[in-house]
Amino acid sequence: MTTVAHAAPAHGAAHHAPMGFWRKYIFSTDHKIIGIQFLFVSLFFLLVGGLLAMQIRWQLGFPGKPLPGGGILPDAMVSPEGVILPEYYIQLVTMHGTFMVFFAIMPLLVGVYANFLIPLKLGAHDMAFPRINMASFWAAFLAGLIMLAGFFVPTGPSWAGWTMYAPLSARPDLYQSGVTQGQILWCISIVVLGLSSVMGSVNYITTIINHRAPGMTWFRMPLSIWALFITAILAVLALPVLQGAAIMLMFDQTIGTHFFDPLAGGQALLWQHLFWFFGHPEVYILILPAMGMVSDIVANGSRKPIFGYHSMVFAIVAIGFLGWIVWGHHMFMSGMNPTLGSSFMISTLVIAVPSAVKVFNWLGTMWRGNLQFHVPMLNAVAFVAMFTIGGLSGVFMAATPVDMFIHDTYFIVAHLHYVLFGGSLFALFAAITYWYPKMFGRMMSERLGKVHFWLTFVTYNLVFFPMHIIGMGGQMRRLYDPTVYDFLKPQQPMNEFISICAFALFATQFLFAFNFLWSLKKGRKAEQNPWHDNGLEWSLPNPAPHGNWERVPTVYRGPYEFSAPEAGQADFLPQHVKLPTDREPVSATAPAPPH
Amino acid sequence: MTHATATVDQMRPPFPAEPGAGVYSNKLGMWVFLASDVMFFTALIGSYIILRFGVTEPWAKPNFVLNVPLTGFNTFLLICSSVSMVKAFAAISRGDQKGLRLWLLLTILAGASFVGVQVYEYIKLVGHGFTPTGYREGSLLAEHAAADPVTYGAGAAGLYGSTFFTMTGFHGFHVTCGVISMTYLYLTKVLPGKYSAHDYRGIETIGLYWHFVDLVWIILFTIVYLI
Repeated sequence: MTTVAHAAPAHGAAHHAPMGFWRKYIFSTDHKIIGIQFLFVSLFFLLVGGLLAMQIRWQLGFPGKPLPGGGILPDAMVSPEGVILPEYYIQLVTMHGTFMVFFAIMPLLVGVYANFLIPLKLGAHDMAFPRINMASFWAAFLAGLIMLAGFFVPTGPSWAGWTMYAPLSARPDLYQSGVTQGQILWCISIVVLGLSSVMGSVNYITTIINHRAPGMTWFRMPLSIWALFITAILAVLALPVLQGAAIMLMFDQTIGTHFFDPLAGGQALLWQHLFWFFGHPEVYILILPAMGMVSDIVANGSRKPIFGYHSMVFAIVAIGFLGWIVWGHHMFMSGMNPTLGSSFMISTLVIAVPSAVKVFNWLGTMWRGNLQFHVPMLNAVAFVAMFTIGGLSGVFMAATPVDMFIHDTYFIVAHLHYVLFGGSLFALFAAITYWYPKMFGRMMSERLGKVHFWLTFVTYNLVFFPMHIIGMGGQMRRLYDPTVYDFLKPQQPMNEFISICAFALFATQFLFAFNFLWSLKKGRKAEQNPWHDNGLEWSLPNPAPHGNWERVPTVYRGPYEFSAPEAGQADFLPQHVKLPTDREPVSATAPAPPH
Repeated sequence: MTHATATVDQMRPPFPAEPGAGVYSNKLGMWVFLASDVMFFTALIGSYIILRFGVTEPWAKPNFVLNVPLTGFNTFLLICSSVSMVKAFAAISRGDQKGLRLWLLLTILAGASFVGVQVYEYIKLVGHGFTPTGYREGSLLAEHAAADPVTYGAGAAGLYGSTFFTMTGFHGFHVTCGVISMTYLYLTKVLPGKYSAHDYRGIETIGLYWHFVDLVWIILFTIVYLI
């Protein structure tokens, strides 16, 4: 922890000596570069997760048919004709979940945007601990490589599903055909990732509390920062529990302890409790930042102040708190005491209230707004719609009697993807497009962005909505071949349809990748404030210089003053612009201007 | 943590205090990190409690398996090191460089001795047959357990070994990290005299960590060695 003691806050650091390529782009302590590093790395892992999903969909849509290009895979994964083997299929499912949750969505939301936005939106020169920030990125990168290495060890990656339920995961020697290295690599990777998350979150929390510009009071913070703040608190408290659990799991596999091994008195159910005690706050780690950024973008695209700012903040806090007392709803089918199940059911249903407050506030923001459907706004509105569907199907699962029926079916898969893809990923498409000019100084193509949005929106719904139906029809998740069950055979055309749409959805994402990469060099040069937004980040040139501001700006109002009468001709009023009626904030630490 | 109340009048930071919490960032960051560390130990200790009270077989009586007096001495050593940490902090907040050097060195030595005694304890325990997987077959402890399965908790020995070594091991790891950090501070900051009555942030921050590790040990000692 000595680095904590040494890393002095970089005050007045606008002018720096020029740095070499390595210091500037690779071992950078600049929060903006670290955010961009996270962006590229997690987009890569998003691609990895997507490729795994395509193989899953091939097997489900066309069971028993050789995977196109499957010939290049080793014998342990595919049959000589190239058909995916059951052993490889369960590895695909496990790794798809692991990569998407831990190495794509979570670093995209938190790693990228907490790093990039917190200092820029609060008027700080950098994070509180820039070197710990750098360590956090490199730990996450290392964790991703360790996880990826699972594919290259002799028996391949873990088999136990991304939730790693014991005893399957704890005693691979007994319950599986010896996938030991893959399991151990999973545990090590998660421990390293947890370290990265904790280092990052300590930084975010400290920066938000201590490094706000004069006048940036708590209730003048943009909702994206509020959401990232609560997310960081969740991460700092939840990830260590997963780390502890993963360490115990690894000891079970390596040095022969008996935590989760029922043969020696251990408790397999203990793993589920530990995992979901982490896992449910994790669900909100994966959605709260998306909600926050969507709030910023929806207000901007509606040219109206966000509806019910304070209730939005309190809803975030309420979701963050309730997230801790609902984990049992993942375990209704594990033989839980029904009374305990009821209390988990009630606490879970209560979460629908703050979630609904947020949805209605977004609608209230858009109501009679001067709607501007630029690409970020389109994706943000899609987030609101998809999150509503995902949230409503979540209410079905919260109710114990219904959950007993749909537990471990494709209904759950559909719900999860409605909140994680329809929710988080649409919010990320919005956020990436919205802050792209701030990161790279250029705009992404509006036309390509719109084509990508509509194709994604349509194919996405065609992929995931039918999953509700086949789930109600009884198709189990992680099922290798639906056609072996007579009662699932009539649904096979639907599976085929889903798979074809999934391939189209995947192909559409190359439009986004092309737009992203092409615009780096060829995109239209961005003006300073392309979205006519009020945030402090737009008071800087694009891309923002190292150290951000030469002199920290003073904040005079909240971030959502759109269409304010005081602004005159413009329909927005940036946070740092001083009107004659504005008073200097009392908390200003900068020397008072002469009167 | 103890000195936070004792010297509250000295706590008006003479060094740059950021707006916000009114606490400088290093200290705030350490508090947040300690909150996360609490959750880490909660996972380990919580699992221990659930496993110990969930198992139907009797649990071993600690003083028949563990060397409680030796660890009691070790506990005393760690508490002393917390006291010397406070003395180091008090010295530098008066600007007393000599006092800081003396008391921090004593803290480092006490911490290192704690780890040393723990390693010795582990070697002895494994020698008697107490391992993370339970009582090693053919060992002295296994013989005792076969003769008196209730006192030695023969049925739950696997869980006993698992939880004992994981919890105390990770505590030892934390102490080791603290000793390494303090040694680093000692060589790079304390000996060159970089701390003063106006800026002793590093000492205060590492002190928080040290007291936390001490506190965790008092809990662990109670629930693992005494009950």
